[in-house]
Amino acid sequence: MTTPTWISDTEAVPRSGLTAGDLVGEVSTALTARPARTLLTALGTILGVAALVATLGLAKTAGNQIVRQFDELEATRIVVTNAPRQTRDENTQLNAIPFDAEDRLVRLNGVRAAGTKSPVELNGALARAVPVIDPLGQNEFQIPVIAVSPGLFEAVRAETRTGRFFDHGHNDRGDAVAILGPGAANRLNVARIDNLPAIFIGEEPVAVMGILDDVAREPDLLNAIIVPDGLARDRFGLSGVDEVHIDVEVGAAELIGEQAPLALSPNDPGFVRSRVPPSPRAVRSTVESEVNALFLVLGGLSLLVGAIGIANVTLVSVLERTGEIGLRRALGATRGHIAGQFLTESAALGLFAGVLGASLGVLSVVAVSATREWTPVLDSWLPLAAPVLGALIGLVAGVYPAWKASSIEPITALRVGAG
Amino acid sequence: MTAPVVELIGLGRSFPGNPPVEALVDADLVVERGDYLAIVGPSGSGKSTLLHLLGLLDRPTSGVYALDGIDTASLDDRERAGMRAHRIGFVFQSFHLLANRTTVENVMLSEVYRKGSRRERRQLASEALERVGLGHRLDAMPTTLSGGERQRVAVARALVGRPSLLLADEPTGNLDTNTSDQILDLFAELHDDGLTLAVITHDLEVADVAERRVQIRDGRLSELPAGVTS
Repeated sequence: MTTPTWISDTEAVPRSGLTAGDLVGEVSTALTARPARTLLTALGTILGVAALVATLGLAKTAGNQIVRQFDELEATRIVVTNAPRQTRDENTQLNAIPFDAEDRLVRLNGVRAAGTKSPVELNGALARAVPVIDPLGQNEFQIPVIAVSPGLFEAVRAETRTGRFFDHGHNDRGDAVAILGPGAANRLNVARIDNLPAIFIGEEPVAVMGILDDVAREPDLLNAIIVPDGLARDRFGLSGVDEVHIDVEVGAAELIGEQAPLALSPNDPGFVRSRVPPSPRAVRSTVESEVNALFLVLGGLSLLVGAIGIANVTLVSVLERTGEIGLRRALGATRGHIAGQFLTESAALGLFAGVLGASLGVLSVVAVSATREWTPVLDSWLPLAAPVLGALIGLVAGVYPAWKASSIEPITALRVGAG
Repeated sequence: MTAPVVELIGLGRSFPGNPPVEALVDADLVVERGDYLAIVGPSGSGKSTLLHLLGLLDRPTSGVYALDGIDTASLDDRERAGMRAHRIGFVFQSFHLLANRTTVENVMLSEVYRKGSRRERRQLASEALERVGLGHRLDAMPTTLSGGERQRVAVARALVGRPSLLLADEPTGNLDTNTSDQILDLFAELHDDGLTLAVITHDLEVADVAERRVQIRDGRLSELPAGVTS
């Protein structure tokens, strides 16, 4: 007798099995068999994940944007003023801030620049550009005069349009020099300084060293004549410092706010008071939580709808594929293999939706940022967590259909006609 | 002496109800290696029940079923699935081909649950398709095949695992006479090669081709003498 062609050898009871590679192959074949349907099934989850990613990303971006503005101007700004005090003589103003406030403060770690700023009382004196009385035109103006220490220019981030700022030398010597705010320069008709223009404050001539272009803080400087502290003390009777402006490093505001009174008035720190910006952390969390709450609810809702969508379509496809399920059981699949296949299918669908949704979300964050000229900011975990979330949703959505598929009896399944 | 492929001793299957439905009663049958058996009977006679029991898709309520000498009552679901994968080849009336896979991919599907080597899989499937005369249509989609060709693909899928028993359930039920004959010729060739076949049918023409005929009537099994049809 010849060896039969199609006969197996009889040994131990064989096991059926399914390798991970085959599972992936079967799942990807099933999902790519009807790509349009797969995409539509995943649509709800795609939109949900995209909404979540976009919401979190935009909140982060917007929050960061606001914080950055605070960083630039407010979060690094401290103003120290004299504390109001009860004195016996009500006309006496007690200035606890010393004239060397700048020197004392720049020694502190975290201070980028500091400078004093005090209005100068002129008692009605006017400023004019030339000592000529012109009856036809107005050439005398009431322009505020502000005495500052040289560090103030950096502390308020001032820039010159022309010329330069006065320095410690000018200040210490009490040189008769001034910087004009652009508004003041306009009124005094001073546009150039290369011909060394002089102006008169009352009867005092001062040389114009430079003209401001802009300041980031203290915009009243733009309309003022700015003179050194030293000059103001010598000639205009400045008796004390009104306020000190400090530009600090990011994050140093609170610390410097505590240290500045001690540095300025060691004997009685209570005599001066420092005004510290609100903590940037608090600002950020308020903004984020407000923006997030609503959209997270919307995103969550659409995820729920997405999960129901996946569950629904998977369930329909289980019913459609009853014949296939029966065939697979006949070919040696256990209930577990069937359940595993459908679970993996819905999880893979969710993963796919998560990847696509995360991409859409990131794209919309970038697009919105581009139109607003913001810097898009995303938590790095977000694009990674989104696909995981999608896969989890798919997994949860697949539980019932998978159970349903595994409980189909092969006998009934095989009776169903199929191609 | 090897064990018979199928050995049934007092096999019975009843379905719960009031009164219980006795679908198969006290069936005794021995199918030796290389047998070509036809199981005939009118619809509702218990043919399908016997097919499901033989195919390990259902469990008997009484009696013994040994496949390849292995008592199937002792097997758990996983082992029964393994027996289906490795020792039984199914051919169905409605073919059960997956519409979105090519011919050769449909045949390869049967290797999946045997954890067969992925590299050899296409080779084995191609050989099985050649065996049924479809070596030239490996990459055709089932929708482009005729009914007879589809059933031959299904036979190839059942053969690729070298089963001990080929179970066919009304294999020509959806085919016209001409293509039916092609399938029956194929079965005859496979029988000549030594394959053990059990074909369930109500078609006497199909039954006549078989070497042995077993009749089921009201759940009771009886072997018909050769050459006699009821």
